[in-house]
Amino acid sequence: MFEHLVALPVLLPMLAGIVMLMPPCGKNVRVRRIVSVLMSGAITLICGLLFFTVSNDSPIVYAVGNWQAPFGIVLVADPLASLLTTLTSFLAFICALYSVSGDDEKGSFFHPLLHFLVLGVNGAFLTGDAFNLFVFFEVLLIASYSLLMHNADKHTTRAALQYVIMNLVGSAVFLIALGIMYGVTGTLNMADMAVKVGQLTGDDVYLAKIGGLLLLVVFALKAALLPLHLWLPSTYASATPVVGAMFAIMTKVGVYSMMRVYTLIFGEHAGELSHMAQSWLWGLAIITIVVGALGVLASQDLRRMSANLVIVSVGTLVALVAVQTEEATSAAIYYMVHSTIVSAALFLLADLISRQRGKVLDRITAGRGVNQEKVLGLAFLFAALTVVGMPPFSGFVSKLWLLNATFEANHALVFWPVYLLASFAVLVALSRAGATVFWKRTVKEQCNSTIENATSKQVIAVWLLILVSPLLVIFAGMATEVSIDAAKWLHNYDAMTNLVLKGAN
Amino acid sequence: MELLYSSSVGLLVACGVFLILRARTFPVVLGLTMLSYAVNLMLFASGRLSLNQAVVLGTREAYADPLPQALVLTAIVIGFAMTAFVVILAIRARADLGNDHVNGIVPTPKPTKKGRKS
Repeated sequence: MFEHLVALPVLLPMLAGIVMLMPPCGKNVRVRRIVSVLMSGAITLICGLLFFTVSNDSPIVYAVGNWQAPFGIVLVADPLASLLTTLTSFLAFICALYSVSGDDEKGSFFHPLLHFLVLGVNGAFLTGDAFNLFVFFEVLLIASYSLLMHNADKHTTRAALQYVIMNLVGSAVFLIALGIMYGVTGTLNMADMAVKVGQLTGDDVYLAKIGGLLLLVVFALKAALLPLHLWLPSTYASATPVVGAMFAIMTKVGVYSMMRVYTLIFGEHAGELSHMAQSWLWGLAIITIVVGALGVLASQDLRRMSANLVIVSVGTLVALVAVQTEEATSAAIYYMVHSTIVSAALFLLADLISRQRGKVLDRITAGRGVNQEKVLGLAFLFAALTVVGMPPFSGFVSKLWLLNATFEANHALVFWPVYLLASFAVLVALSRAGATVFWKRTVKEQCNSTIENATSKQVIAVWLLILVSPLLVIFAGMATEVSIDAAKWLHNYDAMTNLVLKGAN
Repeated sequence: MELLYSSSVGLLVACGVFLILRARTFPVVLGLTMLSYAVNLMLFASGRLSLNQAVVLGTREAYADPLPQALVLTAIVIGFAMTAFVVILAIRARADLGNDHVNGIVPTPKPTKKGRKS
C-alpha cells in the first residue's frame, strides 16, 4: 500500500496546481488561497509520512506504469530524497501562508505556479532516471521563470532574462551530457549507469569522463557554484521576496544532484572514473565560500545579503560533497535542511522589514525604525544567530559537525581557516546590518498610520521557519540519526543498485 | 556519414555559441535555437547512426535504437516551450529597459587612442 505513496509528492502538487486553475478556485481569490494553503499543508504531511515509512523501513523503488528498471522510469524514495521532498513541501506551505496577505495577487497565477515548482523540485529529488531528472529540472525551471516575473519591475526583467538564458544554455549542456552518457553506457537509469560505468574500457572511459564533467557544469550552474554563480544574487534579490524564499530550495536541487551523480555513479565503484569530480568540486567550493563571504560583506541591502548567504551555504555544502565520506555527507544533509530554512526566513524577514521602513526599504542605512520592533527584531536576531552558528541554534550543531567531519577526513587545513573566516565575515556583516536597521535612526518621526503592521499570517510564517532551528537542536539526536541514515543509504552502492535493479537480475 | 553528421553538429554548436555571445536578445534567441538543434542531432546520434532500419524489435535482424528518438522528441517539445518563453521575455525586456542588450545597458565602445588625442 505504501508503495504508491512515492508517486504522491509528484502527483499531488500537479493536481493542486490544476485544481487552482479551474473554477471555483480560478475565479475566487479567497477559495484559491484556502485551497492552496490546505493543499500544501496536506502535501507536507504526505511527504512526512513517506519519509517516516522510508526511514523506518527500506527505501521504496516505484516503477512508474510498472515498467521495470532499467527500461522504465523509476522513482526512488530513499531517506535523503524523501527528507528533501518534505523540506520542499514545508517551504511551499510557509510561502503559501505568507503570500495570502496580498503578495499572491500582485501578479497572476502565483499559487498554481508555486505548486508546479514543488512538482518539479519533488520530482527531481525522487527520480532515479537521468533523463527524467532533466525533465523535472525543466518543469521546475519553467515554473521558476514565471514566478520570478511575478510582480516584476525593470530590474527583475533584466535579472530574469539573464537567468533564463543561462539556464537554457545549461539545459543544452545537460542534454549533451546525457547523450554522451547514454551513448557510452546504453542506459539512463542512474543505478544501472553506476554499474555500467564501472565496466567501461578503452576510449569509452574518456567519453564517460567528458559526460560526467559536463553534468558537473550543469549542476554547478543550478547550485550557483563559483564561475557560474553570477546569476544568483541579482535573481534572488530582485524576485518578489516570497518567491526568493521558495527559491532557497532550488540551489539545493543542484547540490543534491551532485551528491547522487558523484557518489552513486562516479563513486567508489566507478573503476578509473571514481571520484573524478572531487578535486574540481573541492577547489571551486572553497573559492565559492570566499566569494560568497565577500559578497555578504559588500551587500547594501538585506535581500542581496541573504542571496549572498545562499552562495556561502552552497560553497559549504559542495565542499562537504567533495569530501565524500559518509560522515561528511551526513553533516551536509543536516546543514542542507538548516540552511534552506534559515535563508528562506531571512528573505521573508527582509520583506517585512522593508515594508515598515518607508523609503529606505531594506537598505542597510540609517532610516526610520520598524513598527513592530519586538517581533521582527527578535526574529532577525534569532535568524542571524542561526546563520552565524551560535550555540543555542541549529547553526552551531551543524557547524561543529561539519568541522569535525572535515577534520577526520584530513581536509581541515584548507577548509577550517576558510570556513571559519567566512563565518566571521558573516557575523560582522549580519551584526552591522541588524544594528543599523533596528537601532540607527536619523529621522525622529513617529510611526505614521499609513504603514501597516505585518499581518498575523506573515508573522506566523516567519516564526514557523525560525522555530525550526531550535527544534533541530532540541531533537538533535533524532535529526542527526536521520542524517546519518540518509547518508548511509546514499553511500550504500550495493544495496541501492540491488534494490533498483532487482527486476532486471 | 559520421564525419558529415558530426561536423554539422559541431558547426551548429559553434554558430550557436557565437550568436549567444553577441549579447543582444535576438541573436541570443537564434543562438539558443541553433544550440538546441545541435543538441537534438547529438542526442539522435547517441543511439548510433544507421540507415533503413526499423525501430521495432522483431521485424528485422538489425534495428535502430528507439530510445534516442523518444528523447529527442521530449527535448524538442521542451525546447519549443522554452524558446517561446524567452522570446516573450525578450520583448518585455525591450519594452522595460529600452534596448535589447541582455545587461539592459548598451555598452559604449571604449575610445581608441586616436579618439582620445583628437
